[in-house]
Amino acid sequence: MQPWSRTQMAARAAIDIPDGWYCNLGIGMPTLIADHIPEGREVVLHSENGILGMGPAPEKGQEDAWLINAGKQPVTLHPGGSYFHHADSFAMIRGGHIDLCVLGAFEVASNGDIANWATSENDSAPAVGGAMDLAAGAKRVWVMMEHTTKDGRPKLVEACSYPLTAMRAVARVYTNLAVLDVTEHGFTVRDLAPGVTMEHLRSVTAAPLADAREAVA
Amino acid sequence: MINKIVRDMAAAMEGVRDGSTVLIGGFGAAGQPDDLIEGLIEQGARDLTAVANNAGSGRTGLARLMELGRVRKIICSFPRSAGSVVFEELYKAGKLELEIVPQGTLAERMRAAGAGVPAFFTPTAAGTKLAQGKEVREFDGRPHVMEMALHGDVALVEAWEADRWGNLTFRRSGRNFNPVMAMAAKLTIVQAQNIVELGAIEGERVVTPGIFVNRVVNVRRGAPWA
Repeated sequence: MQPWSRTQMAARAAIDIPDGWYCNLGIGMPTLIADHIPEGREVVLHSENGILGMGPAPEKGQEDAWLINAGKQPVTLHPGGSYFHHADSFAMIRGGHIDLCVLGAFEVASNGDIANWATSENDSAPAVGGAMDLAAGAKRVWVMMEHTTKDGRPKLVEACSYPLTAMRAVARVYTNLAVLDVTEHGFTVRDLAPGVTMEHLRSVTAAPLADAREAVA
Repeated sequence: MINKIVRDMAAAMEGVRDGSTVLIGGFGAAGQPDDLIEGLIEQGARDLTAVANNAGSGRTGLARLMELGRVRKIICSFPRSAGSVVFEELYKAGKLELEIVPQGTLAERMRAAGAGVPAFFTPTAAGTKLAQGKEVREFDGRPHVMEMALHGDVALVEAWEADRWGNLTFRRSGRNFNPVMAMAAKLTIVQAQNIVELGAIEGERVVTPGIFVNRVVNVRRGAPWA
């Protein structure tokens, strides 16, 4: 069994993003997708702090303190890119103009519910940032995360145990073991990492799994 | 003659009252009006409600204002970030009230305030604990949460260029919350890196028209790297 590395997960997600899409890549693992967009495709990256057409990190010494991404790292602007204020930025998100948002998550449920902002009901000062706006507003939401927690608990579940970020928001999940669609019948496997069997995947998933690989192929 | 450019920080901060709701621009260090926050610290107003995306970092700026016990409540989307030590201490000690608002809802609540819209419905946060206690209504078969406009008594804004009418431009992603906060407050105070002649910012280039601005103070501080 050869689970995908983070880089391979990012590359696996990147090949599914068509030319011309406007995308917001969440902080953390989803950010890696930007480095794997296939040659010849124009994917326009949105950063919720007011950038469309975000480019890669600048060369050392070329950083501009006024040009940072949502993770507060220095970035650049792609030719054709633009700047706008926060209300316009979230109008793009909430107004359904962003084709895709890729988020990290603690849990995803088989009905598409996502929990990715607070680790317990008792966390009184959790940081939500733009997660709820993105999860509720983007045209489609994909999640990129490890298939289980560090101590082996499933993150794909029948119902989220952590506080929700949004209801029925997630359309697809990329994990280190598989690519799964969220359909009206629950999780449906599209792709498996090399050597991963359906039997193994079921043993680390806390929800029923359908297999759509033949139908897709 | 209109001249919104004031001579110094004391003039910029004159009349800010105890108990004010203060909107503070910026996202991370970009577009954060650090000098105005220092000015507010000097000025002395207390019992403030601060509205900002983050709850300050390190021990300067907003963090210092909080550490000095001048902030009663903070309204923000992302209180915990690298270096938000003062927030953590005060919050744990029960010395700071917190209202968490999703980032887009925070921006829209201020835009609504500036635009004369008292409340609006948004799909953001529907079905989550941030919707608890709020009116929920279905539109097109989907639940939406009612959110109220968020007015400021004062807005502190960082701009790149300003003219004497208060027309503003911003630098790159330093724009962020600044234009919506400028709209939403009764008294909008701007620190501008560059003061230019009236007309030097061509009409097409004006991002925040001077109607939303009350006072401008020139602060040539260079890059906001901490």
